[in-house]
Amino acid sequence: MPASGPVHIGCGAGFSGDRTDASGPVVDALAVSGRPSYLIFETLAERTLALAQLDRRRDPAAGFTPYLADFLRPVLRRCVEAKIRIVANFGAANPMAAGRCVLEVAAELGLSDLRVAVVEGDDLLATLGADAIRRWPNDERAELAGRDIIAANAYLGAQPIAAALARGADVVVTGRCTDSALVLGPLVHEFGWAPPDWDRLAAGTLAGHLIECCAQVTGGYFADPGRKDVPDLDRVGFPIVEVARDGTMVVTKPSGTGGLVSEETVTEQMLYELHDPAAYLTPDVTMDITGVRLVTEAPDRILIQGARGHPPPPTYKVTVSLDGGFLAEGEISYAGPNALARAELAAEVLLKRVKRLGINHPIRCDIIGAVSVFDSDGGVRRRASGAPVDGDYRVRLSGSSDDRTTADRIAREVLSLYPTGPAGGAGVRTSVTGRVRTVSAYVPAEAIRPRISVLSAPAG
Amino acid sequence: MAEVPLHEIAHARTGDKGNRLNVSVIAYRSEDYPLLVAQVTAERIKELFAGRAPGAVRRYELPLLKALNFVIDDVLEGGVNGSLNLDGHGKSLSFLVLTLPIRRS
Repeated sequence: MPASGPVHIGCGAGFSGDRTDASGPVVDALAVSGRPSYLIFETLAERTLALAQLDRRRDPAAGFTPYLADFLRPVLRRCVEAKIRIVANFGAANPMAAGRCVLEVAAELGLSDLRVAVVEGDDLLATLGADAIRRWPNDERAELAGRDIIAANAYLGAQPIAAALARGADVVVTGRCTDSALVLGPLVHEFGWAPPDWDRLAAGTLAGHLIECCAQVTGGYFADPGRKDVPDLDRVGFPIVEVARDGTMVVTKPSGTGGLVSEETVTEQMLYELHDPAAYLTPDVTMDITGVRLVTEAPDRILIQGARGHPPPPTYKVTVSLDGGFLAEGEISYAGPNALARAELAAEVLLKRVKRLGINHPIRCDIIGAVSVFDSDGGVRRRASGAPVDGDYRVRLSGSSDDRTTADRIAREVLSLYPTGPAGGAGVRTSVTGRVRTVSAYVPAEAIRPRISVLSAPAG
Repeated sequence: MAEVPLHEIAHARTGDKGNRLNVSVIAYRSEDYPLLVAQVTAERIKELFAGRAPGAVRRYELPLLKALNFVIDDVLEGGVNGSLNLDGHGKSLSFLVLTLPIRRS
């Protein structure tokens, strides 16, 4: 029996490092709404999965989101009591282990009859193998040859999530799926939306797109003091979207929390990571937001309508992750009179040293405080910046290399500036980190076979 | 004719996918949207990022949202997984776009 009134869906995390104390007020608001309610967690960025795959290689029981228990513990009991179902892409490279971890958290809390569904089938390295992956069309074909493929995961859509909910799951754990599917899945389940009702599927995709980055629609990533002020950013509320059967929706946040939901915050997030606004591609639908209109219904309540949909593309997007070598970084500070000249001298010394070591890898030097993040690798903007000679500047050297030893040598050049560089060099920090390179490939939909397993707690 | 930074009349947000950046530019007031359409052109955006030798720059107009959306190819010097920039995502670059001078009568 399809739901008649709106379905409420809250977001408890928009990335794997998100705050763990903001989902409580969301769950409280969902619990008192009296509506069919869901809580989603989106914890899987583009490269997170490759890092998780490396974890799984080291330990077959690892490879899912490391903070799973931290996210679930504060809210799981309340969700079960209030019949708020949870949909989360906690699975990363090991959805089955994540599903078992959910059951362990439930057991800790004395919740013995939790039903957990695990969606698999996104891991194409496991099912199809590296050779098949190298044959598919991708954005940068040359990159695939000769490099170790760490992971290849297809972005699954909403259907497997809806199917898992239909099997009575209290918690659905997925690996890679589109972020918006975490929201569209419950809506498909509740409303029975299906092709060719493309406009409704697009509305559900938009609802997911708006809340999947969590606080980014409620005043996070937004504040610009004096111009775009956001109240109580230290306790910004996480979002709730209330979606009606006809596809209209309201984005809001729990009362009593900080943050802001306005036409401005919603517009910024609607266009976030979006390319052609008439053709946002997912496995469920091609979304067109060019006809979307926003209305401020009340403070912190924005009504959104007008999403249109078209059939999805015939292929699934797959993120292929490759070994990306190492990034070396080192920083050192210069402050006070003539600091910029000392910083420039340090940068010059570093670049000469690295060159003399015979390291022909990409290298970049910034002076933080003059121009850094706006600049290109060549430093064009910094040289034209006219930054004051006296100040508080930080020189940053970065370089990349396929081998760890070379990366270490690059980073150590910054450390060795203490006694050998310009006067007053201070506060050196260095790091060498492994990198993952990602390439997008496109796979025919027929090659993708999602699987659903339902786990329940072992007896006793 | 007064010149103001784009920051006076619009706000912006960037998002990244690989080595491609999108930047939304949104007018605070409907009456300023035509200024964006007339003056925040794909050519000016390409020039602003010239130091990074970007590929294609596409501009999409969203009049109902009083917004423009720019998609800039190959501008992140490798993107989050390959860039040597502290800001490999390009998250700060919305504020570079907001430095563009706008002529207002």
